[in-house]
Amino acid sequence: MDITGSRCFSLLSHVDHGKSTLADRILELCGAVDARSMREQYLDTMDLERERGITIKAQNVRLQWKDHVLHLIDTPGHVDFGYEVSRSLAACEGAVLLVDASQGIEAQTLANCYAALEADLTIVGVLNKIDLPQAEPDRRAEEIERALGLPADELLRISAKTGEGVPELLDAVVARIPPPTGDADAPLRGLLFDSLYDSYRGVISSVRVFDGTLSTGARLRYLQADAVHDAEEVGVRRPELTPVAALGPGDVGYLIAGVRDLGEARVGETVTVAARPGAPLPGYREPKPMVFCGLYPVVGDEYADLRDALEKLRLNDSSFTYDPETSGALGFGFRCGFLGLLHMEIVRERLEREYDLSLVATAPNVEYVVHRTDGSTERVDNPSAMPATNLVETVEEPYVSVSILTPTDYVGPLMDLAQSRRGEMAKLEYLAEDRVELVYALPLAEIVLDFFDVLKSRTRGYASLDYEPAGHRAADLVKVEILLNSVPVDAFSTIVHRQKATDYGRRMTARLAELIPRQLFDVPIQAAIGGRIIARETVKAKRKDVIAKCYGGDVSRKRKLLDRQKEGKRRMKQIGRVEVPQEAFVAALRLDET
Amino acid sequence: MNLAPAAHGHGARPVGDAALGVYVHIPFCASRCDYCDFATWTDRGALIDDYVAACVTDVETRVRRGELVEAASVFFGGGTPSLLDAAALLRILDAIPRRADAEVTVECNPDSVDPAKLRAYRHGGVNRCSFGAQSMRPHVLAALGRTHDPAGVARALDAARDAGIERLNVDLIYGTPGETLEDWSATLDATLALGPTHVSAYALTVEPGTPLGVRVAAGCTPAPDDDDQAEKYELADDRLTAAGHHWYEISSWARPGDECRHHLLYWRQGDYLGIGCAAHGHRCGTRTWNVRRPERYVERIRAAASPVAGAEQLDPATRAEEALALALRTRSGAAVPPGADAVVTELAEAGLVRRADDRLVLTRPGRLLGTEVTVRLLAVRAAGPQPVGTR
Repeated sequence: MDITGSRCFSLLSHVDHGKSTLADRILELCGAVDARSMREQYLDTMDLERERGITIKAQNVRLQWKDHVLHLIDTPGHVDFGYEVSRSLAACEGAVLLVDASQGIEAQTLANCYAALEADLTIVGVLNKIDLPQAEPDRRAEEIERALGLPADELLRISAKTGEGVPELLDAVVARIPPPTGDADAPLRGLLFDSLYDSYRGVISSVRVFDGTLSTGARLRYLQADAVHDAEEVGVRRPELTPVAALGPGDVGYLIAGVRDLGEARVGETVTVAARPGAPLPGYREPKPMVFCGLYPVVGDEYADLRDALEKLRLNDSSFTYDPETSGALGFGFRCGFLGLLHMEIVRERLEREYDLSLVATAPNVEYVVHRTDGSTERVDNPSAMPATNLVETVEEPYVSVSILTPTDYVGPLMDLAQSRRGEMAKLEYLAEDRVELVYALPLAEIVLDFFDVLKSRTRGYASLDYEPAGHRAADLVKVEILLNSVPVDAFSTIVHRQKATDYGRRMTARLAELIPRQLFDVPIQAAIGGRIIARETVKAKRKDVIAKCYGGDVSRKRKLLDRQKEGKRRMKQIGRVEVPQEAFVAALRLDET
Repeated sequence: MNLAPAAHGHGARPVGDAALGVYVHIPFCASRCDYCDFATWTDRGALIDDYVAACVTDVETRVRRGELVEAASVFFGGGTPSLLDAAALLRILDAIPRRADAEVTVECNPDSVDPAKLRAYRHGGVNRCSFGAQSMRPHVLAALGRTHDPAGVARALDAARDAGIERLNVDLIYGTPGETLEDWSATLDATLALGPTHVSAYALTVEPGTPLGVRVAAGCTPAPDDDDQAEKYELADDRLTAAGHHWYEISSWARPGDECRHHLLYWRQGDYLGIGCAAHGHRCGTRTWNVRRPERYVERIRAAASPVAGAEQLDPATRAEEALALALRTRSGAAVPPGADAVVTELAEAGLVRRADDRLVLTRPGRLLGTEVTVRLLAVRAAGPQPVGTR
């Protein structure tokens, strides 16, 4: 087919604005999926994606609409996966920006729109959910024109749920989004914008060809990985994998090339023909973990299982990292890095669910840049690896630029919240009469724990949030250590701003005093900064636990009681002389600061 | 160690002459105490005659089968055995063949005995009474849901002595919500003034499902406090020791020679038969228990069926664990388990046990922390002897 007959576009929207439902309707309209095999949210293939109503992996599908070929590329819908969104957009000429006609613009609508403009895409604005009684399409259209500069009269009005307006939307995609350009005779340049691991076929990559031809059987070079692979199979998704002989400029499809490691087929990679290489496409960068935590098996002998599970899961998701670490308190485990908090939650949930593991996660933390007094610099992603205070010149922490969209009523509470998290206001702008965008520079560490939850609860769910990295800044940070009977417990160590150290110390010692059972001796629980005690509690020695009566009829029952205690003792972690039940770690590390 | 020979049973008695005990459960009470989770009923008065007849039949069957040749001890527990007419209770006792020196105990509620009943007991062969006094403070008794008044306990003990029953136990409970240290001190003084030969003092234990358990679970009544109970235990031990009662089991003190032989059987894994509903028996590592409800027990016996509802065969490892747990409760202590030297040293350093030759005996702080000590020793047993030469 002539290149001018095809269109490559993405769907962009804030969470819950109906993206997956719209994708379902489009698939149906184009006859890609018959009603019989149709299931809700067709492109969200992972159980977790469907349950949480989010898209984690980008998906693409080749569709026939009238006499045009449409390549629809679904994008991840969460702030943690911003890089994957930008790579998906790089594979397109246009984007459909979906806005809920009752909710209006949200933080990710803005972020997505900016990303699309940055990628030089043509944007087709759409108001969705016009069938809802609370929809206010006229008002939202005005708002969009003001905030995003998309003319109100060009916005399409649809209901993805009922299908109303969707054919017109597809016509608009054809009419407004320019066809791809590219030279079929030039050296091959293909962009990998997603890869997933299939246990039978190895890595299956999604690819957009810009120049040249990607043919089955060709010997390919992966430019960033600097590796050579043979194209075993090239094809398109309809959405079933359908092999084709070759993909030309403007085509979007898949590539299987005997790659066994996702790390060799990363998002953003450029593939070319080994014998006649083209220049790399711009914009590749390594996904960089922002949030770290330790993952430990609850039961020590599941360590090997955890290691296997991490290995397997990483074949599916190369954006998280893991390195073995040993904790005096928790035993053998792994320090893991994630793109964001949601990513962390998803990985942990998948490990527990798909690999049947029971895990303890330490409190999440960020990566610090530590300048030592001897002039050397290092990155520290584990509080227990923080050098002693006297060896540290300065510590820098990562900052993010946080954009919050909120109804005007909640501006006050949100400013208080940002202030209490050491935020610095960069912008306050009215996008509409009743809608404000707040932009703050905030330490990432201040938002990783619970910022999003608190934001939601203080605004009854009306505010939305997006953030992007904004460099590092020096800050007065200290390591707070928790000592149990004078033995430091690494699992509870944390790095906090000096002003918040005492508060953390008091809360953690008080909570541990409740969770640690009485021992045969007094157990002091202390919080300390560089040897100076800032908080202290004591678990008094246990004096009595004896069973008062044990006569003929009691013996079996009492024996079972002792058996249970014996079993409980086996699951205790020994810290110095103190026995700590595993549950105490889980409970102490649970985040409930609101 | 000044245990009387009768109670000092380790290897003292010839193997072929193992003492056999008989426990008879009388599941009737005039009213139910708030802390009680025993198999007992307050509305089954009409059943008493049938029940006594069933007990007699059950005993006779066991005798006929050779399971009961000669009892060294008989213990009527409940419930409230003293609620029965003396004649009824003695019909059961008469059916039980026993050694001339057999210890025969009846648990009595101070409310339900009088001089005539106690004289009848004595004539029928009862030589030991156990009185459930619990406390000598009226407000503590009220908190426990007990109906008797403290003066009744004194009258009951005097009447028993007048009847010629010399061996007298008083049961006490400490740590009841609302009981002060002074209350407990007064209870101990008043109890000792009655001249008992044996005192059992139990930390109040809240059992789920009892009226007390429900109140504590609902937060209406505070749960007993471990530190308060520890202090009261120590006070009891001081007072009772000073009055000539030595402790010989966690919750039991007696004048020398007046230890309860029947209870020692339990703690030494001896053999005993269980007669009556919900009664447990044990013979050579097999434990049995009877149907729980008195009606069912009567039915089974009438139908010439076994009253046993369940049994467990203890494997050697479990039996050894029980032996350790039970023996540790007593003044004779337990044999040091193999491979436990390190743990024993640790426990000794913590002041919880002392070693006497090859035996391990709880110190007073150790008695209060008996569960911790037992569990640590059991953990060693479970792990088995440490392998040698792995390093």
